Order: sequence, then structure tokens, then C-alpha cells
Amino acid sequence: AAGEKKPAEKAPGEKPGKKKPAEKPAEQKSQNEGGEKQKKAGKRHASRNPVLARGIGRYSRSAMYARKALYKRKYTAPETKIEKKKKEKPRATITKPVGGDKNGGSRVVKIRKMPRYYPTEDVPRKLLSHGKKPFCQHKRRLRASITPGTVLILLTGRHRGKRVVFLKQLATGLLLVTGPLVINRVPLRRAHQKFVIATSTKVDISGVKIPKHLTDAYFKKKRLRKPKHQEGEIFDTEKEKYELTEQRKSDQKAVDSQILARIKQVPQLRGYLRSTFSLSNGVYPHKLVF
Amino acid sequence: VFKRFVEIGRVAFISFGPHAGKLVAIVDVIDQNRALVDGPCSGVRRQAMPFKCMQLTDFVLKFPHSARQKCVRRAWEKENINEKWAATRWAKKIEAREKKAKMTDFDRYRVMKAKKMRNRIIKHEMKKLQKMSSKKGKKPEKPEKAEKAEKAEKSKKVQKAQK
Repeated sequence: AAGEKKPAEKAPGEKPGKKKPAEKPAEQKSQNEGGEKQKKAGKRHASRNPVLARGIGRYSRSAMYARKALYKRKYTAPETKIEKKKKEKPRATITKPVGGDKNGGSRVVKIRKMPRYYPTEDVPRKLLSHGKKPFCQHKRRLRASITPGTVLILLTGRHRGKRVVFLKQLATGLLLVTGPLVINRVPLRRAHQKFVIATSTKVDISGVKIPKHLTDAYFKKKRLRKPKHQEGEIFDTEKEKYELTEQRKSDQKAVDSQILARIKQVPQLRGYLRSTFSLSNGVYPHKLVF
Repeated sequence: VFKRFVEIGRVAFISFGPHAGKLVAIVDVIDQNRALVDGPCSGVRRQAMPFKCMQLTDFVLKFPHSARQKCVRRAWEKENINEKWAATRWAKKIEAREKKAKMTDFDRYRVMKAKKMRNRIIKHEMKKLQKMSSKKGKKPEKPEKAEKAEKAEKSKKVQKAQK
């Protein structure tokens, strides 16, 4: 009777997915159902929620939960490959052998231990000298317009206005520059990048070898600082006169001989390096193209 | 008194604005201040342009008013305006000004040397002629020779400036 009742009630109140299979005699159906439940997932039951009006069932959500016995029917989605991969957790502990008798032979040791110290500040405070580097570690920059072989115009110093050939940038960032000496009496010398105009004229210095001992220490001014006498004589001991050494002469010759050959190849370049730069009326540096 | 008029087909030089330095042809007049203008061979799209930024040239093309771009282009190419313009003194002056502005320090030195040499040659010739004239008693031989020497030196200078 119950079985026959359900098909009648089911028709109007059909829930999607709960279709009644082809009609069979009640006994057979129940037997089949009983037998088949164990083989398959079980044939679909008719809706346990009789319909009062269209869209309105007799029982509430929680009542239906109990009626459908969902408390014992909990399914999980099959584990996907990604989840399987995720599950592979790294080992947390490891067993290590321990020496000595009466010690139990081995211990279970954590691989990643808890920190032994928690600082009072989350991020330790930075030292006042943070980010302040000494001069020797400063970043040296060079203007893109200055490349080896560029003709520069010196703006300060005793050689102001002279046009000079740039060789390389030294470790402190100063530019190593030479006249050459025979052209404009500028020796191998250091110049500061900021006090120099870079022209667009370039000499090809690709094969020129500059001796490696020409560093900042080589060019640094020498000061005697051992005043054995009292203050009255300090001004005498400091060397004011620059003395030309043989080494300077030989270095100058070595570098200049290579460069002079390149300069001769460019017409009028020698005369250009001999001349000095100056401004006159109607000449404005911001309008000049160097 | 006036030789160049605003007319259909007049080629104008644009002096300022986004299309500064280009040539256009006046296709039609819109009102007192603007003209419909087109420069198919100089990269100016057909557009309205105020007369103020146009400077009239000597060239006039023949096409009917409001002619389409194809006709303007045909007339332009027939008259060979681009080449004619490049040959005018106006265009040459503009080019010379541009070159001078682009001169580098080395170029300026070379121009200075070339000018110096040229002036020296001219002075030398002048002195020679002055000497001759003071000896022979003022004969009108000076102007011709001075002109010849100048022309030979001018070409030298232009070549050096172009380098």
C-alpha cells in the first residue's frame, strides 16, 4: 500500500533527479530494491517530501535531513590529483640513534624546532648608521656622454678652457685625462666629472693600453705630517712645490705615444685640442650643442 | 605693392604650430581667419588652419576649390613643388640656420679656421691689388679680381660647414 501510494504522490511532487524506475509489481520491486541496494548504490527513492502546493513541501530542511538519514550518508568528492599532491607534507620528526646503555637507543627529534628566543620588537630597529656607506663603497656614476676617447673641456683648475682627451674613470670616480702633453701641456691628470663639459667629439681609443699602476693613490697629493718642531714651523714642512718624477714622465710618454697616433688620423683634431674654449658676446652655453 | 595673394592653390609655409616648417596648399577659404588646407606631399592632413600661421610662398597650383586630396597631390607633383621649394633661397636659409644650430664644438672650430683662411686669402688679394693700383695709378681692375677670389673661397667655406 505504501509503495502504491508513493507513485501517486510522486508525480506532481517530483524533485529533479529522483525519477521512479519502470513500474514493477510491488513485491518484486521491494525484493529487487533490497537485493540491488547492496550491489549498486541503490535505486533512487521517491521524494520523501510530499507536496502541499507547487514549490512547497510538507517537511522543513532539518526534518528532511532526518528523514533522508543524511547523518549516515556523508560523501566526500574524490580526491583530485592536486589535493593528493598537497597532502604530501614534509616529515616533521626524525628518529636518531643515541649512544650510551640504558638510554633507550633512539630519540624522536623534531626537524624544525620552535625558536628559542622571541625578540621584543618584531623587526629589529636599524642602526643609525644603516645605509650609510663609507666613501670607498659609494656607487660611482658616469655620464652617458663621457666614454673613453671623448674630448672634454676642463672648466676649473689651472687648465681651464683646455680641450683634453678622456681615458678612463678611476676608482674614486674621478676621470683620468691627458692633454696629450705635447699638444696642450696637460699631463696625465685627474679631473672631476662635474667640472667638465663633454663634447660629442670622440677619439678612437679602443686599442690603447693604459698602465695599471695609474690609480688614485698614484695621483694623490703627498703631505708630510710629522712636525717634530712646534707649531711655528708646520707651514714649511708641507710640500707646496710639485716635483716632476721620472716615473711620471715615462708614464706620460707611454700613454701619449699611443694616443697621438690616433689623433693624427683625424684631420684638424690636433689644432682643435691645442685651442682653448671661451665664450664671447652672443654665445650662450645653454644654446650651444657640444 | 602686394605680390602674393591668398588664392586657391597658393602654397604656404607654416611658420608655427604643430606642423611648423611644412608646406601646404590652400584648398578653400572658410572665413576671414581660416582656410581649408592640405599638404599631401608634406605630411599635413587636410584641415582648417588660421591664416596667421601661414606664410605665402611664390608657388601657385592649379586645382578647383575644394578639390580632393588626390587632385591636390596630382597638381603638387606635376609642379614639382618639393624640389622647387628646396631650390629657393628661403628654404636654403632655413636649412643653413638649422645646420648652424646643430654645430658641435669641433665643427665650430673648423668653421673658424676656414673663415680665417678665407679672410686671409681675400685680404692678401686686396693688398696685392691695392699695391698695384698705387703703383700704376688707380686702374679699374680691382672689382673683377676681388669677385673671382671671393667665389672660390665661398665654396670652400660652405663645404667645411656642411661636414
